[in-house]
Amino acid sequence: MPHLIEIKALAKSYWRDGFEIPVLNNININVEKGDYLALMGPSGSGKSTLLNLIAGIDRPSKGEVVVDGTNIAKLGESELARWRANNIGFIFQFYNLIPVLTAYDNVGLPLLLTKLGKAEQKKHIETALSIVGLGDRMKHYPKQLSGGQEQRVAIARAIVTDPQILVADEPTGDLDRNSAEEILTLMKRLNEEFGKTIIMVTHDPHAAESAKKTLNLEKGDLIGSSK
Amino acid sequence: MKFLKLILKNAFRHKVRATLTIIGIAVAVTAFGVLRTVVTAWYVGVDAAASNRLITRQAISFIFPLPYAYKEKIAAVPGIEAISFMNWFGGVYLDKKNFFARMAVDAETAFDVYPEFLIAPDQLATFKAERNACVIGAELAKQYNLKIGDPMSLDGDIYPGRWDFVIRGIYTPKFDNTDATQMFFQWNYLNERILQDMPQRANDVGWYVTRITNPDDAATISSQIDELFMNSSAETKSETEGEFTRGFISASGAILGAMNFMSFTIVAIIMLVLANTMMMSARERTREYAILKTLGFSVPQISWLILGESLVLSILGGALGLLLTAPLVKGFAAAVPKGWFPVFKIEPITMALLIAAVIFIGLASAIFPIRRAASTSIVDGMRFMG
Repeated sequence: MPHLIEIKALAKSYWRDGFEIPVLNNININVEKGDYLALMGPSGSGKSTLLNLIAGIDRPSKGEVVVDGTNIAKLGESELARWRANNIGFIFQFYNLIPVLTAYDNVGLPLLLTKLGKAEQKKHIETALSIVGLGDRMKHYPKQLSGGQEQRVAIARAIVTDPQILVADEPTGDLDRNSAEEILTLMKRLNEEFGKTIIMVTHDPHAAESAKKTLNLEKGDLIGSSK
Repeated sequence: MKFLKLILKNAFRHKVRATLTIIGIAVAVTAFGVLRTVVTAWYVGVDAAASNRLITRQAISFIFPLPYAYKEKIAAVPGIEAISFMNWFGGVYLDKKNFFARMAVDAETAFDVYPEFLIAPDQLATFKAERNACVIGAELAKQYNLKIGDPMSLDGDIYPGRWDFVIRGIYTPKFDNTDATQMFFQWNYLNERILQDMPQRANDVGWYVTRITNPDDAATISSQIDELFMNSSAETKSETEGEFTRGFISASGAILGAMNFMSFTIVAIIMLVLANTMMMSARERTREYAILKTLGFSVPQISWLILGESLVLSILGGALGLLLTAPLVKGFAAAVPKGWFPVFKIEPITMALLIAAVIFIGLASAIFPIRRAASTSIVDGMRFMG
């Protein structure tokens, strides 16, 4: 059975002031459908860059990222945008909700790119918000929500189009312990109950414990994995 | 349309900034509209000029008169259907600020060469029959609350003395751009008094007006008229009414040029203001655009969001400006003596220019923000700290 995500000989460098700065070196990873993977490592280890490459928001310098049979490095900008809309849900450290939109409208943003009618969109949004436990906060603006609630709205936005992969960059990094615990529980539920494949970047060993597998990076190299 | 809610929310994210920008655009559009209306009002005589009408004046300048004796010779030129003549009278009606054209005309023929001045046949007959009769335009009658039978006196300046008239006719304009602010009285009445008081100035006319059969023959007929009086003491210059009026206006060319320049400069300035607002908005939202890209929004879709926001501000400002322009133009028309601008209204070309300017401002202001949003990668956008 083919892997959901195949990362082959992946390398990434940035150019700054005429100097090449290598960030990732020859990374090879396979991710199976239903996996819950934590990427750990110190700052500058390349874990966020790896996450960006898997999610198709950055392009590799070398190597391939094949997701469900599609080599995403070969997609054009518009194709890649469509691919992201259909396949990836993003969860960010700082939630990144649009402040002038309500929780309902924030969650509905990705649906603007679909052909769903208003009634169907409403159904999807209400379902996503009820999964994250915010069915009663639909009309609230981000500033009217706590950090944990904002992150749950962001998770609802990530799952509203029912993508098969969720990528999360330090999803608990800006939260207090209790809120972080709620988010980790929610993500675990999304993985176990709804079958989402999750790749999470984290500094927090406790957050990594909720994943099924942890990959450790250092200075752009994959230095090991643990269960 | 599905992005409309997001566009509107973004446009009014900073309510004070958006409101000030809209007011700025509205003020600029209003100023542009009023200035353009002044410019078009200045040229209304050119627009109203008939292509089959020629004006023959003194070659040196139209302020010098021509002999009455030229009338028969000009009338004999082939292609001329009708001939009339008139003198600019000047004078003061009640107060110096009451400016409007006062003309001594040939009562028998004036309304033949100006068919756009509509007058009832009985009024015209009375005008022709009574020496001290005068005919005034409907706008003038309205402005000074005058009616048929009312006396009307002028204090002469070019032709000194007190000149008393009785209003025997009120003409109405046939077209929107027909001047209905003029006063006509009999040239014979003028000439008879000049014969008594200033005989050396008698039997002179200001200029001849001829109606020709075929407008295509205007140049030929003009040459033929002017050749008749070549090397005489009063050589003539004949041209179409449009050219004559344009020449008259060219004296004010520098002012009109400055007004034109100012009106377009205002558009340019407000475009920079809106462009600045849009640049600030786009810069502040660099991270948000990156987020939208991660969610699957393509560069063209984000460009539509920015363009839509820019157009919302410019169209709202433009609409407010248009609403303000109409009463302001009306107020301006009421404040300025009718005779200065006989037809002072917002012309369709001004409306078209206003709408085009508003759309252009909206489009042009979005160019740089769109370029910025398009050229910033998601990764760089996510790192942006504003």
